[in-house]
Amino acid sequence: MTINWEALGVVAVVSLVIGVLVVVLVSLALVALPARQPVPTDEPPDEALVMGRGGSDTSRVTGTVIAAACLLGAATIVLYGFYLLIF
Amino acid sequence: MDLSLIIVVVVVTALAFDFTNGFHDTANAVATSIATGALKPRTAVLLAGVLNLVGAFISVEVAKTISSGLVDDTKITPTVIFAGLVGAIVWNLLTWLVGLPSSSSHALIGGLIGATCVASGADAVKFAGLVGKVLLPAVLAPIIAGVIALIATYLAYRITARAAPATVTKGFKLGQIVSSSMVSLAHGTNDAQKTMGVITLALITAGALPAGAGPPFWVILSSGTAIALGTYAGGWRIIQTLGMRVSEIRSPQGFAAGTSTATVILTSSHLGFPLSTTQVATGAVFGAGAARGAAGVRWGIGGQVVFGWLLTLPAAAAFGAVAVWIAATGPLGTIIVALVLVCVASGIYAASRRRPVTAADVTHVPAPSPQVDLGRHQNEAAA
Repeated sequence: MTINWEALGVVAVVSLVIGVLVVVLVSLALVALPARQPVPTDEPPDEALVMGRGGSDTSRVTGTVIAAACLLGAATIVLYGFYLLIF
Repeated sequence: MDLSLIIVVVVVTALAFDFTNGFHDTANAVATSIATGALKPRTAVLLAGVLNLVGAFISVEVAKTISSGLVDDTKITPTVIFAGLVGAIVWNLLTWLVGLPSSSSHALIGGLIGATCVASGADAVKFAGLVGKVLLPAVLAPIIAGVIALIATYLAYRITARAAPATVTKGFKLGQIVSSSMVSLAHGTNDAQKTMGVITLALITAGALPAGAGPPFWVILSSGTAIALGTYAGGWRIIQTLGMRVSEIRSPQGFAAGTSTATVILTSSHLGFPLSTTQVATGAVFGAGAARGAAGVRWGIGGQVVFGWLLTLPAAAAFGAVAVWIAATGPLGTIIVALVLVCVASGIYAASRRRPVTAADVTHVPAPSPQVDLGRHQNEAAA
């Protein structure tokens, strides 16, 4: 009986890294995305929630850039997955 | 027996198996998307069906016959293939009736092994290959997928804990659509190819194709269409089990489970250690459910699923063995087996109508119940 333990180990490790990485990247993007929303005028600024609830123009731009970078990373992985499927 | 007749029977039976494979495995891709509302049920199965069809066309590499390494290829005859398919179809239908997500590929392997044993003796079965290619992956696939989904779900909740809930839910639901699409595409690529391999092997055996030939276009088209139609038919019972009864799935869990399933399937296929789509998807759902606390998972359902997995190989083998025992007697035997298959399938369908599960039954989440079991769920939902 021959079991390719090496291939199995690689499958487990690569799947773990890639699967968790995609979820983390999308999660980070979702945290950063709301920074694009304007701050409600009747709500006092809260620096602790600046990434999640709004903030200055700089923080909104930063949030957008972070979100875009994370989504780009996740999209790249997904596209590579499609590449593996097709070719 | 006239070779052309048995070939026609094999082709028709293979396409019937492909259809059952489609609706049996729909849940793997769409159960969590439907459960969280990322996709409406009909939209989900339509998307999955189309992508299964596309998947049947995008791969130019013909899958090896499913028996490779498991039985002596020289002992495979059209009658053995037919009987193996019959065993797999019967098991697929029975497990669908009770809503069990079992592996269609393992059912086919079991059917072929049982038929080969009776037709050519146990020596024709490579039991060592069975352990390495079927049993070990069957144990490891749900564990790997479950652990990945558990970790991914935990991190998703931790990272987005302070983010806007509406944005998080919407974002994860969009992600679920992408991950479901990838699983559907991968399923079409893998499982439709297996049926193509079976039909092509039968055609080569009959001399209709030269040895080593690829599948003709009509084989690709018919196999892709059969699995796509089966997927669109929607195996609502299994979707209900995976999407609603294992755990109350929310969008972060659905996204993590879908991503884990897609990642494990693609990685394992690419690295030469193919794992069952069904077992990977089921393990991922359990892992994602457990990430919110072990109490959030109905482990009793898990026990029933595992029991079904344990039975798949021997049960399909038994059906395949009986089928080949009758079919090998001659043309009349083959016709009898085909007629019995039609009767059994009709009977199972009639039994399913006594407790119908439709698209409308997979869109609400039932209240958790420690006593839920496979036959009682509908009553609980109604209550």
